[in-house]
Amino acid sequence: MNQRLLGILVDSFPKILIPGLTRTIPLTVISFSLAMVIAVAVALVQFADIKGLKQVCRFYIWVIRGTPLLVQLFVVFFGLPHVGVVIEPFTAAILVFSVNEGAYAAEIIRAALESVPAGQLEAGYCVGMSYLQVIRRIVLPQALRTAFPSLANSLIAMLKDTSLVSVVTVTEMMMVTKQINAIYYEPLALYLETAVIYLMFCTVLTKLQSWGERKLSAYERKEAAA
Amino acid sequence: MMLNVKGVEKRFGTLEVLKGIDLNVEQGDVVAILGPSGSGKTTLLRCMNFLERADSGTLVFDGEKFDLARMNKKDILRLRRKTAFVFQNYNLFLNKTALENVMEGLVTARKMPKEEARAKAERALERVGLLDRKDHYPAQLSGGQQQRAAIARALATDPEIIYFDEPTSALDPELIGEVLAVMRKLAEEGMTMLVVTHEMNFARNVSTKVVFMEDGSVVETAPAKDFFDNPREERVKAFLQTVERAP
Repeated sequence: MNQRLLGILVDSFPKILIPGLTRTIPLTVISFSLAMVIAVAVALVQFADIKGLKQVCRFYIWVIRGTPLLVQLFVVFFGLPHVGVVIEPFTAAILVFSVNEGAYAAEIIRAALESVPAGQLEAGYCVGMSYLQVIRRIVLPQALRTAFPSLANSLIAMLKDTSLVSVVTVTEMMMVTKQINAIYYEPLALYLETAVIYLMFCTVLTKLQSWGERKLSAYERKEAAA
Repeated sequence: MMLNVKGVEKRFGTLEVLKGIDLNVEQGDVVAILGPSGSGKTTLLRCMNFLERADSGTLVFDGEKFDLARMNKKDILRLRRKTAFVFQNYNLFLNKTALENVMEGLVTARKMPKEEARAKAERALERVGLLDRKDHYPAQLSGGQQQRAAIARALATDPEIIYFDEPTSALDPELIGEVLAVMRKLAEEGMTMLVVTHEMNFARNVSTKVVFMEDGSVVETAPAKDFFDNPREERVKAFLQTVERAP
């Protein structure tokens, strides 16, 4: 590798990493947390079969899953200001990502809720618990354990999808890389460097996933803890 | 009288599972419900604890009368807190240890302070001989241990009656004895129990009364001794012969 290229890469590394830490990570963490709130609520409405609300939830999932994330971003960022609704880019990104991810995660959690054996609910009723107590204490904890690997998968996918927000002017890693590339024109090296930073972030998430799965599966292990 | 059900009817689609069941349980009774598979024994028990909704029938519990087909949520919750249910497949909460399983009905449903509930749960586990396994999860217990923990969970809430739905049917033969021993001990201590079972020895030696069901109806009700020694009904005689001929 020649000296010039190495200099560009070393120089650009913190310039790309810092927006990763200040934009990509917060965007992912905030959006995913909001998505979880939406997803649990939407999944529970369907699981409990609440008439009316259930149809609203199905409609939400149908629309969000049936349209591309990029189109949703464009609608909110370019479309809404056209009718007078102007949302700051980072906020708009959080809105779109949480609503989008909420729909997918709702389906993951709904399936996990339905996989909890009926006997678990019946046992809860028979010790005198109400429906909400059974859901909160018995069904939801077991369902979230089942859903965890799929949700972790979605989180990793989402972290990478945040690169899309560069097209709606959020200065995250991808946007910064494009700007640096416009100066030096070293697309292969610079985009690979960005790829490596994404890979670093995702590696951390993968490690967190294994750790979380180990913690959550304590009750499934055959041998008791010492 | 403590518990009385009358005219319980239940159908699943066009299948008539219960065709008007009457049943009496007195304080301290151990009633065994016997009968061939598909006779409606389990459905009856499930209707009595509202896991299934009966199409008609009444239930008198401690002098209070309820319409089984038109119970409101509040009454169901209130009645369930006076009873306990032991399932064929144990149904221990999989995400909780044996101790937590027993505490759950006390802390969550009855709002008992944690320390008091823990002490009570430990006493219940001790009664079923499982205190040394209190921190194990269901996956780490044998079938017999899980069922004993489930019995402890039932006991801890001080129920006025415990319903048992074929409590030994899912167990390996060598594990049945430990569960029956616990049930026998409870019977001797005066616990009121309603037991759907295929264990003839338990019905003969432990129960005070036998109810024989077939095809959705009660065929014969008799004190346990009379039932086995002098059955009145031909169908009961035929059933007992088949059961006793089995190896």
